[in-house]
Amino acid sequence: MSTLAIILTVAPLAAYAVIVFFTSRWKALSAGIAIAATGTSLALSIWLLLGMIGDPTPVHVSMSWLSIPHLGGIRGLDISMGVLVDPLSSLMMTIVSFVAFLVMVYSLGYMKGDEGFSRYFAYLGLFTFSMLGLVIADNYFQTFVFWELVGLSSYLLIGFWRLKDSAAEASKKAFVTNRWGDFGFLVGILLLFTIFGTFDFAVLAKEIPAYEHLGLIALIAVLVFTGPMGKSAQVPFHVWLPDAMEGPTPVSALIHAATMVAAGVYLVARGFVLFQSVPQVMELIAWIGGFTAIFAALIALVQRDIKRILAYSTLSQLGYMFLALGAGSMSAGMFHLTTHAFFKALLFLGAGSVIHALHEQDIFRMGGLSKKMPVTTWTFVIGSLSLAGLFPLAGFWSKDEILLVALREGQTALFVIGLVTAFLTAFYMFRLIFTVFFGEPVPAEHGHGHQAHESPVSMTGPLVLLALLSVVAGLVGSPWWQAWFGSSFGSFIFFGEPEAPHLDLAVALPATIVAVLGIGIAWLVYGKKLVRHEALAERFRPLHTLLLNKFYIDEFYALVFKWVMMLGGRVFDWFDHRVIDGTFDGLGSATRTSGGKLRLLQTGRLQSYALVLFGAVAVAVVLVSTNLIGGFAK
Amino acid sequence: MNGLHLLPGIILAPFVAALILLFIPSTARNAIRGLALAAASCSLALATLAMFTYDNAAKGLQFVEHVPWLTTFGISLDLGVDGLSLPLVLLTAIILFAGVFVSWKLENRAKEFFTYTLLLVGGVFGVFMSTDLFVLFMFIEIAVIPKYVLISVWGSTRKDYAAMKYTLYLLSGSAIAFIGLFAVYTYVGSPHTGLGYGTFSLAELAKVNFSPEFQKWAFLAMLVGFGVLVPIFPLHRWTPDGHSAAPTTISMLLAGVIMKLGGYAIIRVGLGFFPMGAQYWAPVVAILAAINVIYIAFVALVQKDMKFVVANSSISHMGFVLLGIASMNAVSLSGAAAQMFAHGIMAALFFALVGQVYDKAHTRNIADFGGLAKYMPRTSAAFLVVGLASLGLPGLFNFVPEFTVFAGSIQRFTVITIVSVFSVVVTAIYVLWVYQRVFFGPANERWAGLPDAKGVELVPIVLLGGVLLVLGVWPGPFMDMVSGGIMPIVGRIVSAPMGGIF
Repeated sequence: MSTLAIILTVAPLAAYAVIVFFTSRWKALSAGIAIAATGTSLALSIWLLLGMIGDPTPVHVSMSWLSIPHLGGIRGLDISMGVLVDPLSSLMMTIVSFVAFLVMVYSLGYMKGDEGFSRYFAYLGLFTFSMLGLVIADNYFQTFVFWELVGLSSYLLIGFWRLKDSAAEASKKAFVTNRWGDFGFLVGILLLFTIFGTFDFAVLAKEIPAYEHLGLIALIAVLVFTGPMGKSAQVPFHVWLPDAMEGPTPVSALIHAATMVAAGVYLVARGFVLFQSVPQVMELIAWIGGFTAIFAALIALVQRDIKRILAYSTLSQLGYMFLALGAGSMSAGMFHLTTHAFFKALLFLGAGSVIHALHEQDIFRMGGLSKKMPVTTWTFVIGSLSLAGLFPLAGFWSKDEILLVALREGQTALFVIGLVTAFLTAFYMFRLIFTVFFGEPVPAEHGHGHQAHESPVSMTGPLVLLALLSVVAGLVGSPWWQAWFGSSFGSFIFFGEPEAPHLDLAVALPATIVAVLGIGIAWLVYGKKLVRHEALAERFRPLHTLLLNKFYIDEFYALVFKWVMMLGGRVFDWFDHRVIDGTFDGLGSATRTSGGKLRLLQTGRLQSYALVLFGAVAVAVVLVSTNLIGGFAK
Repeated sequence: MNGLHLLPGIILAPFVAALILLFIPSTARNAIRGLALAAASCSLALATLAMFTYDNAAKGLQFVEHVPWLTTFGISLDLGVDGLSLPLVLLTAIILFAGVFVSWKLENRAKEFFTYTLLLVGGVFGVFMSTDLFVLFMFIEIAVIPKYVLISVWGSTRKDYAAMKYTLYLLSGSAIAFIGLFAVYTYVGSPHTGLGYGTFSLAELAKVNFSPEFQKWAFLAMLVGFGVLVPIFPLHRWTPDGHSAAPTTISMLLAGVIMKLGGYAIIRVGLGFFPMGAQYWAPVVAILAAINVIYIAFVALVQKDMKFVVANSSISHMGFVLLGIASMNAVSLSGAAAQMFAHGIMAALFFALVGQVYDKAHTRNIADFGGLAKYMPRTSAAFLVVGLASLGLPGLFNFVPEFTVFAGSIQRFTVITIVSVFSVVVTAIYVLWVYQRVFFGPANERWAGLPDAKGVELVPIVLLGGVLLVLGVWPGPFMDMVSGGIMPIVGRIVSAPMGGIF
């Protein structure tokens, strides 16, 4: 089983290497290799997942990677690389390889004709490998290794169109913002190692609850959590994700919606015991999640770029997942991660289909696409309904589970935030839908010369498949499934006790009402156009401006960078040149005369230089001897 | 297998080649560079062989040679390598080999250039192989002095200033270390305190119990004297000017190996013989190390010339070596020793690539570039690889020693280590920012004709990049060797505890 896990992880890396070193000249072949490798990963992942559903006993192997013995009172270093196949990882690897596979197929159409076609598929292979490596990791160190590698793949793919300034800037911003989070993560695992002498999840799960200094554990938990905050773009590290939309749209679907950004959620689930042992840390996680959920949803209300709306929606949904984890339910968090992977990948790929047809990303320069692009339109609507949490689509079950957990744990405030966010979500998604797919087509002079058309089958096929999953995937976490099969998502993936699904009307009813309300208001404004949305914006000008500028957080960071980091650099540089060089040049002025004499020796003939050189050695030897004589004389 | 006489071959190859070069007419370019390549290949092949035949289980000094020399003064040409020095010998051989290819097309006084370069490298080999303190010190001088000529004749940007600055800094350092050396010799020679006979043999010196008071001052002399080479803040200012002014091959050797002479000497001599003195000064070293790491990273952030960025980045990365030294445990010191190797390879490749761009564009000013990835995809990809190594990306070797240093030092100096870890953020910023401004963004038409890396230019990329990748993925055996070399030194530290200055 562990061998299969290794094969399925390494296969996409092999594809990367083969494409980069051998086949990059042949585009179709390169794409074929990447897809075949990922297809292999997908098949093996499903095999492992089915195996785990049959027998959920974890399979764990590891081998030593680096070890330094200890001497004295200081710990030695013992790092291993391993494979951990359990319900959690088998689910995650299936999601990753499934979405990766679909995105690659989709990209055949989307990236057709791009001069970097082969490079693109190579990078996707590298990403898939890194992400799978992260998923199968059995310890924090290995997680960190692959964590950084997914960061690299993300960097490469965001900056894929590297000759565009905005893409280059966005890729750097993504990497650097993540590095801030990783700084905390790195310090956290170093401290964890200092205390427990291991990085291994299984060993730590036993030892952490027995450790008495709760304050230290709390500090470590917060430090480690900054990693997931960066990767999953939670406030205040959220700024990179909207900019990451500079990458090709299928990449946004795979990396910046379905999988990599969920790695933070996955890590918290994987190391759950660390966070769960300090209630205050759990509270913090829940609140960061809740805050990000509503914060990003508010910004999404006024954005015009179709991908950015989806990006803020992703932030918001990731916030839900952290809310669930922080409220104590690993099942609910992972369940939402799963359904979200399907419907958000669908929405991004749908947006990609629109962009592919129009070469336009501003939703107010689109309109009436439903007739020309029916498959794209209706799959997009299904995805949005699922995201809005409409019964009985996938998003309904998972979002409901989260709200239920919040209410059950007495987090009423977070429950309300969750409800409000659900309303906002339904509103901004249907604002987009009514504007882009229905209503009047935009006149040709605004749009583009050619006619919009439905995308090729390589693109619509994945849309249909994902739409299907966005409808039914939630059933595994529904009471019906529990009734039919006697088990459900919560009894497969859980922490502590298995969780059985409930359908509590006290939660389901208000959640459905706010969703319908959101859709309805969006219809009134953007479908029926009872009120002009420009007038609304005018009415709430200060708020609108604030949201449009994303609460000015990017501007604030730019100021901090300029006045703290760059100024620091300049001051230190000045210190180097003026103070240190000044001091030593002053000291050196005495020696300058001897320097002048040295210059006399520059006769330009190298033989004489050599002579001087060997002369110097000879003088040194003589010096030693004279001193020695002195030494002996004593 | 330790009876193999590999070391004389490694060290004699460059010296003999330098000697033969004197008799070759300077017009015979092919013969000149062919000879340099032959010497480099010979050293590299033998060093690689030594690396693979070194008995990791037996540890300790291997491939030992003994040649009596100035026996009256207890000086002999003793050679031998252990897990600490052998990787550095290999490092030197690798960089020389890559460096010959970097200077392959040099036309300006190629004969003299290669003569001095080979002389320098021979000196470096000598330092890492010597098991006699005097010989070790002599080789440091042999390695350091040709640099003056190499910078002032073949250099660029403010080369005379840089060459003089370099020489004065390093000679001052040597003078201080020299004083320490004589103090040791006198101490050992005295029948009251030492052995009663003068010796420079490292094995003999190890038998002496230096008094705590003596150790304090002797270590300080070593720290300051050899610290100039590392370089240690605030004695680092020769580095940016020196690296930037030097021709590419020489920058590679300067950052790749000359800086390591300092770290090596501090570990071998300073920690090895004065463990109590080292523990006394450890807090000071740790603070200076953190300043090296963080302060210089910020300085690198605002540089406008690519080579100055890389040069400052070298100082910052050598701070990890100092941090590992200051923490003085098996983990941190293994990390420090491995970091010298990792940084040597990385810095050499970095300078090689900056050189490739400079040779073609005749400028290193970051603002002049943009979109080079379009015209130079291979150089661009290699630059990214080395940049990622520099910012500590897992999968490339530099991450391993950095993490190892941190894992050791955080157990001793928690706050200072955390401050140093912050460099992962600053380094990422300056590396990726330079990369973005030079290789990404709209292509600057001015560079449309620049040829991509090809032919001999690919040798350093493949060789150095390959080493970083292979060791990054599979560092186990290499780190075993290094920690094996470190253990005896740590043993001496553990058995002679002493409190820090504060």
